[in-house]
Amino acid sequence: MDKIIILPVILPLIAGLVFILLRSYIKVQRILSVVTLVAVMITSIFMMVHINQHGILTMQLGNWQAPFGIGIVADMFSTLLVLTTSIVAICCVIFAFKTIEKEREEHYFYALFLFLISGVIGSFLTGDLFNLYVFFEVLLLASYVLVTLGGKKVQLREAMKYVIINILSSILFLVGIAYMYSITGTLSFAHISVRIAEAGQDGFITTVAILFLLVFAVKAGLFLFYWLPGSYSVPPTAVSAVFAALLTKVGIYAIIRMFTLIFYHEPEITHVFIGVLAALTMILGGIGAIGYWEIEKILTYNVVIGTGFILAGLAAFTHNGLLGATYYLIHDMIIKALIFLIGGVIVYLTGTNNLKEMSGLIRTHPYLGWMFFIAALSLIGIPPLSGFIGKVFITRGTFEADLFWLGIIGLLASLLILYSIMKVFMNAFWGETLLSEEEEYGSTKGVMVAISILTFITIALGIGPEFIQPYVDTAVEALMNPQLYIDAVFGGNDIP
Amino acid sequence: METLVAIVIGILFTIGTYLILSNQMLRIILGLSILSHAVNLMIITMGGLKQGGPPLLAENTTRFTDPVPQALILTAIVINFAVTAFLLVLSYRTYKMHGTDNMDELRGNRHG
Repeated sequence: MDKIIILPVILPLIAGLVFILLRSYIKVQRILSVVTLVAVMITSIFMMVHINQHGILTMQLGNWQAPFGIGIVADMFSTLLVLTTSIVAICCVIFAFKTIEKEREEHYFYALFLFLISGVIGSFLTGDLFNLYVFFEVLLLASYVLVTLGGKKVQLREAMKYVIINILSSILFLVGIAYMYSITGTLSFAHISVRIAEAGQDGFITTVAILFLLVFAVKAGLFLFYWLPGSYSVPPTAVSAVFAALLTKVGIYAIIRMFTLIFYHEPEITHVFIGVLAALTMILGGIGAIGYWEIEKILTYNVVIGTGFILAGLAAFTHNGLLGATYYLIHDMIIKALIFLIGGVIVYLTGTNNLKEMSGLIRTHPYLGWMFFIAALSLIGIPPLSGFIGKVFITRGTFEADLFWLGIIGLLASLLILYSIMKVFMNAFWGETLLSEEEEYGSTKGVMVAISILTFITIALGIGPEFIQPYVDTAVEALMNPQLYIDAVFGGNDIP
Repeated sequence: METLVAIVIGILFTIGTYLILSNQMLRIILGLSILSHAVNLMIITMGGLKQGGPPLLAENTTRFTDPVPQALILTAIVINFAVTAFLLVLSYRTYKMHGTDNMDELRGNRHG
């Protein structure tokens, strides 16, 4: 049973490799990519049920005893993210069938897409610092190609910035790994955690913690997000939706993992620092979101605000704060994919991304309009939609931790989201209908399936959070109690 | 020995940082390359530089070199190789399309 946790990582990888051989069989690639992702989803549901009953799943590759071998660890927090990743990926790949040009499909779009998913899932499941770096590189290399695929002028320009900043942060990641290895002599998360708990987190280790925070902050778009709006708005919709939903979340996951499992001894330094960065991120992201008139720019700045808000839950570092962060993280992955897909359809229909040049789409596309409205309410955090519960718990967590300023900034950021997203709704959907259906630049044929699935999920998560509540509880319990993770990895063996 | 290598790493980091801050594309790429070499040197130094021992763990050996950093930089070098190759192709293509290798001119504006 333990061995199935490798499946979510290698299934997309193998499928991607096969797709390279099947270059001209695009139909086969389409079907196989959906089949692969559904298989990943089913596996992760199995894993969730198993973890809830029997505790954290671990696998040591080659049967080397931990900490000597390479470990894969699936606790509930990772598995929930793997499940959400697979759902988002299925929706985006279905959306891609209709919207991606044939030329991109023939140039290994589906293979790259699955490599990206494999890298994302690998980062969620790995139990080893260096493998986290390797999986980061897998997903980053796939994303570099996905940003540039098509080779338009603006794509190349933004890709240059994206690639350079990410290489730089990978270099700093390696510096952090080198320091970590020289301090603790190990790279397994669980083993590092044990060694630091034994020796105490002194000033030097805290400095390394801040270095790791900066590295992951670049990937997550926490404060160091200046590369993000440009590079997320240039690729085609299906790709930018996946980026917005998944790539920044990998950085957020890494921050949460490092600062709950390893660097949890000095929260008044590290976690307060995260809180300050989160507050600044929400303020700056909010200013960006209300300042632009291009749909893509507004939506990408909303990604930035979401990052800040999730990490506010970590900064609080209480049970409720992390509970909220977990709920909100799952919600954010779904809702960012949804809102980017709808935004992409709007641009596709009107042929422009400037809000001032569009109007009255609700008359010709009522379903699209109301689904955008639902998504917008969910993004702001209005009950009974999925954003509400996460927002309540994060705010409560920050108040419990006496970080009132952080909770208040989070709520103010919601107002900025409200303004920015309602601006999109009012301008794009309300008002005089400018284009009749014949004049539109594209049609919604075939793209509504993916959008409807995601809308359904955000409503379902909002009305019935009881369905995932036991799983989220288990996840947060493990996050607050690192010993559970350590015991699962070492499995009763002596810790050297 | 470690002190000497530490100084070399410091010099490499200085050069790399200087090159990254320039606005010519090729210089930035070379800067990133030099930085990643500096990091590889740093990883191997962090494992401890010892002379005359093989990186193998036989029983009852007292002199051996730590094999983990070597495995790490091997992986890091391969990844860096692939990424640099991609970046060089990308920059050539960007240069062709935009007709400039000056990063200031590639900044982009609201309408670009």
